[in-house]
Amino acid sequence: MLNLLWLVPACPLLGFLVLFCSEGKLSNNRVPWIGAGSVGMSALLSAGIGVDFLAHNPDQSVFRQMLWSWIAVSDFKVDFALYLDALSLTMMLVVTGVGFLIHVYSVGYMADDPGYSRFFACMNLFVFAMLMLVLADNLALLFLGWEGVGLCSYLLIGFWYDKAENGHAARKAFIVTRAGDTAMALGLFLLFTQLGSLDIQIAMSKAVAGWPPGSSYAVAASLLLLGGAVGKSAQLPLQVWLPDAMAGPTPVSALIHAATMVTAGVYLIARTHALFALAPDVQLLVAAIGAITLLLAGFAALAQTDIKRILAYSTISQIGYMFLALGVGAWSPAIFHLMTHAFFKALLFLAAGAVILSMRHEQNIFNMGGLWKRLPVTFWTFLIGAAALVALPFTSGYYSKHELLLAVYSASPHGPWLWAAGVAGALLTALYSARLILVVFLGPERGQVKEDLPRTITIPLVVLALLALFGGWLKMPLVPALPALDFPEPESAVVWTTALMPWLGIVAAYLIYGRGADFIERLSENAIVSGLKRFCFNGCGFDTFYNRLLVQPFLWLAAVNKRDVIDSFYRDIVALVIAGHRLLALTQNGRLRWYAAAMVCGVAAGMSWGMRP
Amino acid sequence: MTGVSIQHALLLAALLFVLGLVGLLVRRNLIMMLMSVEIMLNAAGLAFIAAGSRWGQADGQVIFLLILALAAAEVGVGLGLVMQVYRRFNTVDVDRLSEMRG
Amino acid sequence: MEQTLFFISALIALISTFMVVIQLNAVHALLYLIVSLLASGFIFFLLGAYFAAVLEVIIYAGAIMVLFVFVIMMLNLGHKTIDQEKSWFTPGIWRGPAILCGLLLAELVYALSSGQAGGDMHVVSSKSLGIALFGPYLLTVEAASMLLLAGLVGAYHLGRPLKSKVTS
Repeated sequence: MLNLLWLVPACPLLGFLVLFCSEGKLSNNRVPWIGAGSVGMSALLSAGIGVDFLAHNPDQSVFRQMLWSWIAVSDFKVDFALYLDALSLTMMLVVTGVGFLIHVYSVGYMADDPGYSRFFACMNLFVFAMLMLVLADNLALLFLGWEGVGLCSYLLIGFWYDKAENGHAARKAFIVTRAGDTAMALGLFLLFTQLGSLDIQIAMSKAVAGWPPGSSYAVAASLLLLGGAVGKSAQLPLQVWLPDAMAGPTPVSALIHAATMVTAGVYLIARTHALFALAPDVQLLVAAIGAITLLLAGFAALAQTDIKRILAYSTISQIGYMFLALGVGAWSPAIFHLMTHAFFKALLFLAAGAVILSMRHEQNIFNMGGLWKRLPVTFWTFLIGAAALVALPFTSGYYSKHELLLAVYSASPHGPWLWAAGVAGALLTALYSARLILVVFLGPERGQVKEDLPRTITIPLVVLALLALFGGWLKMPLVPALPALDFPEPESAVVWTTALMPWLGIVAAYLIYGRGADFIERLSENAIVSGLKRFCFNGCGFDTFYNRLLVQPFLWLAAVNKRDVIDSFYRDIVALVIAGHRLLALTQNGRLRWYAAAMVCGVAAGMSWGMRP
Repeated sequence: MTGVSIQHALLLAALLFVLGLVGLLVRRNLIMMLMSVEIMLNAAGLAFIAAGSRWGQADGQVIFLLILALAAAEVGVGLGLVMQVYRRFNTVDVDRLSEMRG
Repeated sequence: MEQTLFFISALIALISTFMVVIQLNAVHALLYLIVSLLASGFIFFLLGAYFAAVLEVIIYAGAIMVLFVFVIMMLNLGHKTIDQEKSWFTPGIWRGPAILCGLLLAELVYALSSGQAGGDMHVVSSKSLGIALFGPYLLTVEAASMLLLAGLVGAYHLGRPLKSKVTS
């Protein structure tokens, strides 16, 4: 069964090729069988491979399947090879499982869209690229997948391309992640030139053997890889693209921008953990980035009015938690939280999509209200997802986040500060999640509702809700792939605070948002509060900052260079030739005496040259 | 033995040549221009004769003979052209014969 | 003795050539040109080139100039041409040519004067000329006859009337 590993990425690739080459000529009945079916095949195969791997490899040895030799140029050898260990197995299962559910959901969600077949083609390509990313044996193949998911993200964000702002959002996402990708490429160059190989295991072992902890090479390489991770995972300072990426269809937001692509950065750091362990300062930086981002995004989410943007900032915040865990060396909790986050965030997005669909594409939460009676399935699944997000007890989110925060507390000398940030973030999470539920589902009835949702939408919601509740028991033993945790248990005060903070947030939310909206209205009349609210609404000023720092100077430069300086060199040569031509054309005027005079001049000149001393 | 020195003869030839050249550049009448060309040819012939006399060889006169044949042919064709020009443009003003836009 | 004769005929040649250049009437200019050619022929005689002198008079002054006369008469330009010529003869017209040709003349004179001193002038008899023509220069003579043939054909062709004027 393990030998069928190559089929797992091959099925979505085949689906993409079929849908791409048929160019929308297949009927709408056939397209979902190919589009969702290919990912379903992958999911089944992954499950089988997972069972085989865990059952037959109790000591967790790795499985490597070499497909072919991709590049072999003197010292540079890169193979197209797949690498299966517990970490990549977890990622593979998440990608194919959640991906399949989202594909099924899209069958119903995108049914009326004219670009149906194009949608599934891009989604299949995305799944293929993501699987290449997680199954890659070497960093070059990983980079292939990395770029592939970036491309698909661009294609899918700008799916409805006839609206200009969708194109802008797609471009913004691509350019911002490109900045990170450049740093990552530089990191790959550094690793190759110093270590001689891009094969992950070989490179890591060489790094550990050859570079002392804190060496500048390790710091530089890990910093550059961190740059790439930060871009893809939408952390500080490259988090600006994710809220705008909500311009794409909701299944895209669920799959790419919640469950899989944005976790690629987390995966990268976990994979190259040996390198990061060699540079403790960079690891601390990872944790700091995670902490600051989760707080920043939490504040921003509190002020948003678009349901998808709230969830987008929530995603940024939760990935901040994963970075926080990676930064203190709690590798397994980070990956575990990645898995549970995939479940409940995908659930939240899909449920939000159901709400949007039912409200006829209304996305402002203040135009919605009292939906709990009118959309029961959506309400209960959304509630379960929100509970997991908030980490209420006995949800999967609780197990992962609780373990994560406790590990953060005891893992490093800066632990308590980071833990405090994480707990404050949990408070914020509870606050904005409860706000969301209170405004959208509870409260007075508002808005028009179209109530019948097809089964292709409701079934995935239910399945994901079950996973969000019980997924905590699906914890995979990740130990040989990632170093084990051996942190002391924190004192019970810490444990209880961690557990109870979400409840505090829920109560606070009820107090602020529950008793009618006028408490917030009265508060917003205060100038400071409304100023803060606007600040948080605009993503804490990052967009304006980048606009002033980068976009405006670039546009100014482009305007100044309108008649291109470099082009003018060539234009001037042409102008020179034309001027010379015009000058010489004056000599051809057809006047005989002029010609005779010219001859005399020539003779005189020739004679004076001949008679020179 | 003649008493004329070659320097004087050549100087005379040069003067005649330059006079013919001036006439060529100054006159606008085609026929007058052809006449100026004849003057120049004659001056060249004088130079050759003088040189042949100096060295005592017949070559100078041979060249003069050729110049004569050349002048004859050239005048024949040139005047034929002048007549065609007159028939076509109804003028022998050489400045009006320019159809180029240079 | 010959020197004096040379200077006189040189003077005549120069003056008549100058008159050719500034004449308004074409026929007058032609007559002055004939005088110049005759003077030139006499100079050839003084230089000892008797045959060349004769040829000059017969062919150059006698045939080529007569050809000019024929054409001028045929064109029948008339008085208005003379007025036209007068109007073209502005003083400013002499500036450019005077400069250019003055420059050329200066160069020529410089080249001539810096050469070696000349030797004596010899008489070249017609006999040696004939031997040269039928000997080393035989092909040259043939080439000259070709040239004359070409000139003949060209002159005949160019002298024909334009197609529109041919009636039948």
